Amino acid sequence: MGETLNIFIKAAFIDNMILAYFLGMCSYLAVSKTVKTAVGLGLAVIFVLGITMPINWAINTYLLSDSALVDGINLSFLRLILFIAVIASMVQLVEMIIEKVSPALYNSLGIFLPLITVNCAILGGSLFMVSREYGFTESVSFGLGSGVGWFLAIVAIASIREKLRTADVPPALRGLGIAFIITGLMGIAFMSLAGLNPGDFN
Amino acid sequence: MADTIVDSKKQGGLLGKEDMKLLKDPLHSNNPLTIQVLGICSALAVTGSVSKSLVMAVALVFVCAASSLIISLLRNSIPSSIRMIVQLLVIAGLVQIVEIVLGAYAYTAYVELSVFIGLIITNCIVMGRLEAFAMGNNPKQAFLDGIGNGLGYGWILVAMAVVRELFGKGTFMGWEILSPSWYVANNLMVLPASSLFVIGIFIWIQRAVDPELVDKS
Repeated sequence: MGETLNIFIKAAFIDNMILAYFLGMCSYLAVSKTVKTAVGLGLAVIFVLGITMPINWAINTYLLSDSALVDGINLSFLRLILFIAVIASMVQLVEMIIEKVSPALYNSLGIFLPLITVNCAILGGSLFMVSREYGFTESVSFGLGSGVGWFLAIVAIASIREKLRTADVPPALRGLGIAFIITGLMGIAFMSLAGLNPGDFN
Repeated sequence: MADTIVDSKKQGGLLGKEDMKLLKDPLHSNNPLTIQVLGICSALAVTGSVSKSLVMAVALVFVCAASSLIISLLRNSIPSSIRMIVQLLVIAGLVQIVEIVLGAYAYTAYVELSVFIGLIITNCIVMGRLEAFAMGNNPKQAFLDGIGNGLGYGWILVAMAVVRELFGKGTFMGWEILSPSWYVANNLMVLPASSLFVIGIFIWIQRAVDPELVDKS
């Protein structure tokens, strides 16, 4: 249990997908103009990450690893293609759910909902899971943890950018330039959390 | 298309004016990183050292150009309802080739870049150019557009890596430039966060020089 909690906290705060690895920056920069849409997209990302991670774990363990399916055959060269197919179909599912439950949110997210498919944080999470050799419960907690971390980061920058609208920024730096610099400052602030040793929670 | 032929005859070269525009625009006025803000994700993580960013730039030029060419050749036979999946499969196949080739011939680079090679699949530039350009243009133009965007992405990547490696470690591709005897390495530049400052400053400089590019909103 302690190990699982460690992975969750580490993924959400210390190894934050956006602020430590810069994964999922495209939608992070484009959808962070208002807090409301940022919350919606953040929740969708938590859901997709939490659900694709265990599915990809099962595919990787029972289909793709060495001699898993047929003795002596290693199918790991299919990994990227199968992972992205799982992610694309899960995103399609989320899109259908959001369209039914909240049409307003569906409209405000627009093109960025299908673009979760190409959100690097999702595929990156699955690839990190493989390279770090996580087990089933570990990969669930890693998926949820990275999702929560992504959610926190996008909500934080959206609130800052809402306040920035009244600030006097040099014209050439307005919009994207300043958003990058703020993200950098947030990354440095998040680094102080690295002092938080997850081992202490055992 | 007719214009293109006339232009290339006038110049007497292989590439006409339109074609050169396809190659040149992404380098500055329509740069994928600083103007379109696509593909930031994998870009920032590999700019810590020049050699890593060079490998990444070459891989991206290859994937971008080859996928544009293939999708453009197939564009009339892809049903629009499944075009995203077809595009992703083409990209994923090409990236897998890059990964296997790197693993065989440049193993150290392969280990260093780890998941970021796989993440070229989700690099929005590749998919963005396929969707925006290759689906509606002939193979030659799509190929040039792919190369142009790959290069536009690559040169910013390498420029950022030069700044970060030079000031962070005092080296260029591993060679010592700023001697430690008088230069104290700036550790901030080694941190991943500094790549955001560097690209923020690049955007600032570019828009200050060329005010037409300033964000209107």
